[in-house]
Formats: sequence, structure tokens, C-alpha cells
Amino acid sequence: MSTWTTVLLSCAAAFGLKLAGYLVPAAWVEGERRSRVVALLPVALLTALVTVQTLVGDGGSLVLDARLAGLAVAVGLLLLRANFLVVVAGAALTAGLLRAIGWS
Amino acid sequence: MSAAADAPLADTRRRAVRRQALSVGLATGAYGISFGALSVASGLSIWQTQALSLLLFSGGSQFAVVGVLGAGGGGAAAVATSTLLGVRNGLYGLQTSRFLGVAGWRRLAAAQLTIDESTAVGVAQPERPAQRLGFWVTGVAVFLGWNLMTLVGAVVGNAIGDPRTYGLDAAAAAAFAALLWPRLRGGDAAATGVLAAFVALLTSPVLPAGVPVILAALAAVAVGLAPPPRRRGVAR
Repeated sequence: MSTWTTVLLSCAAAFGLKLAGYLVPAAWVEGERRSRVVALLPVALLTALVTVQTLVGDGGSLVLDARLAGLAVAVGLLLLRANFLVVVAGAALTAGLLRAIGWS
Repeated sequence: MSAAADAPLADTRRRAVRRQALSVGLATGAYGISFGALSVASGLSIWQTQALSLLLFSGGSQFAVVGVLGAGGGGAAAVATSTLLGVRNGLYGLQTSRFLGVAGWRRLAAAQLTIDESTAVGVAQPERPAQRLGFWVTGVAVFLGWNLMTLVGAVVGNAIGDPRTYGLDAAAAAAFAALLWPRLRGGDAAATGVLAAFVALLTSPVLPAGVPVILAALAAVAVGLAPPPRRRGVAR
């Protein structure tokens, strides 16, 4: 398959999946329980994403490094009710500084 | 969703949502330079690189395409890996479509902008107008930043070096955590989050990258379908 074919097929499949979420008949996601599941889906996916971004290294193993330190600072700032930007900047600074001094 | 929740947003709320959306857009956009540089280094042309950012527009899937091709993998493997990672956007759409209430060309635009960041900022807002504002501003901000930075990376190479040097990976995780935070304090959402994190951690060593996150969707199914007496709270 040529590179252009690969690129365009990937794009078409990605858009098809995105659009599918909008074309699912409302009846499929109505009702108390189904509605609850759908509302909880982004929470499940995004929490899993943050977990993987923070704790999983190459090859899928658990790795504790500057990423976790950054997230820990973010959670600390959230507990102190810090502003969104402060939380994000605090995590970035922590991870960046730890890496600058050579800790992973 | 009560009628009051549909009332127009106060200026202070509007500004707060915009600030969240734009900062998420800025942090994510910066990664576009890495993608552009990596893509060209993997043998794709500038046009192919830009086509991925414009048309595919989903970071994980795009890195997968150029990663597989760059490692000498076949086109079928590249498409399959990319598509697998794109499943979560489809799952986001189930929820974002409900609060966006879009039809026609707006539905096509909303679908294209349905990614981790726009969904996270959207669902983090308690009121419907703020959910819509957060989704659209984040989606457009990330789209513009990501595409512009992709072009920069593809043309001039990785001018800023590894984004991790600046802790941008930690910034992205912190932004998602901050957006999820108000919902994780109790009830079904908290239970879902804990379960999802465990599923992702436990399955990461044995499953291909990307699959653990999709598998974690089962946490939402398990908690959402649990019989009411076992639930201690209601997810909004």
C-alpha cells in the first residue's frame, strides 16, 4: 500500500469512528442505565489515559519518574484549590526541573 | 439538566472556560512540532504529514501511523493501529453529541474536533452552555495550534527539542486531572475513575499500547449498569 493510501485510509477510518459516535440512534443510549454508562465513558477513558501517560513506560511496564512527580504536585495544588493554570504550570515545572537536574 | 443550567453564561464563567480551553490548546499544540518533525523523519512528505494533522486530527493515532511506517511496518498495520487508537473518539462522541445538539455541517465539524482535549474540557463543565463553549473553543484551539505546529515541525524540524524537557507531558496529564477533578470527588464517577485506572495499569504490560485505555471503558459499563442499591451516588 502506498504511503498516500495509508495516510488517507487512516484519516477516513478515524473520521468514520468520530462520526459514528454522533450517528448512533438516540434510542440506543437512552434510558437511565445506558445514559449513565455514556456519561461515565469520558471519565473512564480520560482517567485511564492520564494513568497510562503518568505511570506506564515503553513496553507497558510500570515506571515511576518525573511524570508522576508532576502529577503529584498537580493533585497537591488541586487539593489547595489552586487555579487551573497554576496546576498545569506546577506540573510542567516540576517535571521539567527534575529532568533538568538529571532525574529521569 | 435543569432549565437554569441552560441559562446564558456569566462573563466570569465564559472567561474561565475560555482560559481552560486555550491553555489546553497551547500545551497540546506544542506537541504538533514533535509530530511534524517525526513524521518527516519517518519518510512522509510535508503534504502527507499535514494531511494527517488536518484530516486524521488525533494525536495518538497520528503518532501511530508515522511510528509504524517509520519502523518499516506495512500500511495495513499502520492503518489498523491508528484506527484502534481512534475508537475512543467514537466513544466520546456518544456523550459529546448529547450536549452539543448539532446537525448538518456542524455535526461533521463537531465529529472532526472530537478528541481527548475537547471532550475533557466539555464534560468538565457543569452547565450546558459552558460544555458547548468548552468543547468548541478547545477543539478549534487545538486544531489550529496542532496544524500550525505540525507545519513548523515538518518544515524546520524539531526546533524546540523534546517537549518533555519542558514538562509538557506532565502538563497535559495535569490538565486532564484538573478537568476530571471536580467529578472524581465522589459517587459513580470516582468509582469509575479508580476502576478504569486499575484496568489500564494491570493490562498495560500485556496488551498493545492504546488497548488498555479502550478496555478501561468497561469501568463505565460496570459502574453505570450496577443495580441502584449498590451505588452510593449519582453521576450528575
